Amino acid sequence: MTLDVALSHRFADFALDVAFQLRPGITALFGKSGCGKTTVIQAIAGLLTPDHGRITQDSRVLLDTAQGIALPPHLRHCAVVFQEARLFPHLTVRQNLTYGRWFATDRHGTALDDIIALLDIAPLLSRRPGLLSGGEKQRVAIGRALLSNPRILLMDEPLAALDDPRKAEILPYIEQLRDQTTLPILYVSHALTEVTRLANSLVLMDAGRVLRQGPVAAVLSDPTLARSLGPRDLGSVLRATLSAQEPDGLTRLHTAAGPIFLPRINAPTGTILRVRIAAQDVILSRTRPKGLSALNILPAQVIALHLDDGPGALVQLALGDDRLLARITRRSATALDLQVGTQVFAVLKSMAVASDGAS
Amino acid sequence: MPDWISPADWFSPDEWRAVALSLRVSFWATLLSLPLGILTAYLLARRAFWGRHLLNGLVHLPLILPPVVTGYLLLLTFGRKGTVGYYLDHWFGIVLAFRWTGAVLAAAVMAFPLMVRAIRLSIEAVDPRLEQAAATLGAAPPWVFLTVTLPLILPGVVAGAVLAFAKAIGEFGATITFVANIPGQTQTLPSAIYSFLQVPGGDPQAFRLVLVALCVAMAALILSEWVSRAIARRMSGA
Repeated sequence: MTLDVALSHRFADFALDVAFQLRPGITALFGKSGCGKTTVIQAIAGLLTPDHGRITQDSRVLLDTAQGIALPPHLRHCAVVFQEARLFPHLTVRQNLTYGRWFATDRHGTALDDIIALLDIAPLLSRRPGLLSGGEKQRVAIGRALLSNPRILLMDEPLAALDDPRKAEILPYIEQLRDQTTLPILYVSHALTEVTRLANSLVLMDAGRVLRQGPVAAVLSDPTLARSLGPRDLGSVLRATLSAQEPDGLTRLHTAAGPIFLPRINAPTGTILRVRIAAQDVILSRTRPKGLSALNILPAQVIALHLDDGPGALVQLALGDDRLLARITRRSATALDLQVGTQVFAVLKSMAVASDGAS
Repeated sequence: MPDWISPADWFSPDEWRAVALSLRVSFWATLLSLPLGILTAYLLARRAFWGRHLLNGLVHLPLILPPVVTGYLLLLTFGRKGTVGYYLDHWFGIVLAFRWTGAVLAAAVMAFPLMVRAIRLSIEAVDPRLEQAAATLGAAPPWVFLTVTLPLILPGVVAGAVLAFAKAIGEFGATITFVANIPGQTQTLPSAIYSFLQVPGGDPQAFRLVLVALCVAMAALILSEWVSRAIARRMSGA
């Protein structure tokens, strides 16, 4: 179930030239608005035929412009969850969900009841889409896509049109989906929080090109991508295991470099979590700080130092086997006399936590 | 039917024949041109092809040509000695000129632009992204049309059909040129009104038929409004 994608397309003011691979699980296609992400989705789904390209899934050829092959959308088995849901207004929720089944050649796919349970949409079945909330619509759209028995699931910024509470309402369903399916899922987004929470691997795009593809943690903590990710998005993802619930309301997590403490996380001991730390939320100190309110201070070793054009500096650190990225000023880097190999203490100001399903 | 609502009490035989013929002609003209009207509207709204402007012009021609010219062109084409009519007669034994079936053709041609216009507008109002979504769910283009586009344009189709029906009821110029004004055979409601107005003392009869024409037109409009609303209500999810 590996999808190989290679596309190039020229618009009047913009050129797209990308190649990447999708494996089972969620691959995030991440980049700024207007970098060509949606064009990639449309080309894979067959809604746009690129100038040149080849898209294959194992031995199945979806597109090969060199040989003049371009399967029409209805034969590609690429279900799409669009940003605006695009539910059929004249059909009930149940009819929307089963729409793809009328056309599926192989009907042994996911059972309707399983999807209804997974997405928690049983109370909506007899309603029409016009009266659903944004979050409900998007859940139905996800269910509709899954029930068409797709071999690839494309999600084009499915949460972008929703406000934060609605996003928070849907994210757990997508996480469950990731953990329960063997489908390759391409998840387009320009929101890093979604990406770090959901994706197994990441394709980073900028101005129509793929800058980097790899595991989320590795790509996001790559200091050479600072310019394309922007200061706010650059950061690192640590794997942590929930080790204890402390009596004072904190939860203790075990990381490769030592324990960290976070406000209560309601999950059983042993749960593996993803902890995302933005580079700008890390403070470095040469000595173990004393008299500081921060709880989470981990020993680390400098493994690379990158200086910006401006006054900033990016420090890549090893925390055991994990990588941590810190954004400090060039002046501080000089004052602390940071060199490759220097032992420091990293003070973590804030973190975002998500459950880690796969891998 | 009880006696008290028998049409014979209200209309003279000639009048009733004209009313009944008009209703029959309009019904068939609307029904038979509807599939072609939907297809033409779809092509004009959604497909880019060579000759699109030509087709558009051709469809709208009856709207701007003098009806008598349209009738004459029909006679040249579908008359017994006409380019198409000759073969229809010899191969299939179908004669249209001076028959009520010819009145159906004349009414259909004259009403076609109005029907296509209404349906085309409703197709253009359908979000093509819904059709794309249907395709990604595995629906081939004919199924996309039948399961998404057609249900969504239903109010427009109803409006187009009613408009065409009303236009067909009132069609006069092309009909009288193509199929003449034979009482009981090709004398439609407008032809009958015209005939009554030609005879001294025919005014009351003409006026009765004018009232019928008014009632049919009003009923058609009210019906179409009601159907469109019912469909729209269903669609909005209430």
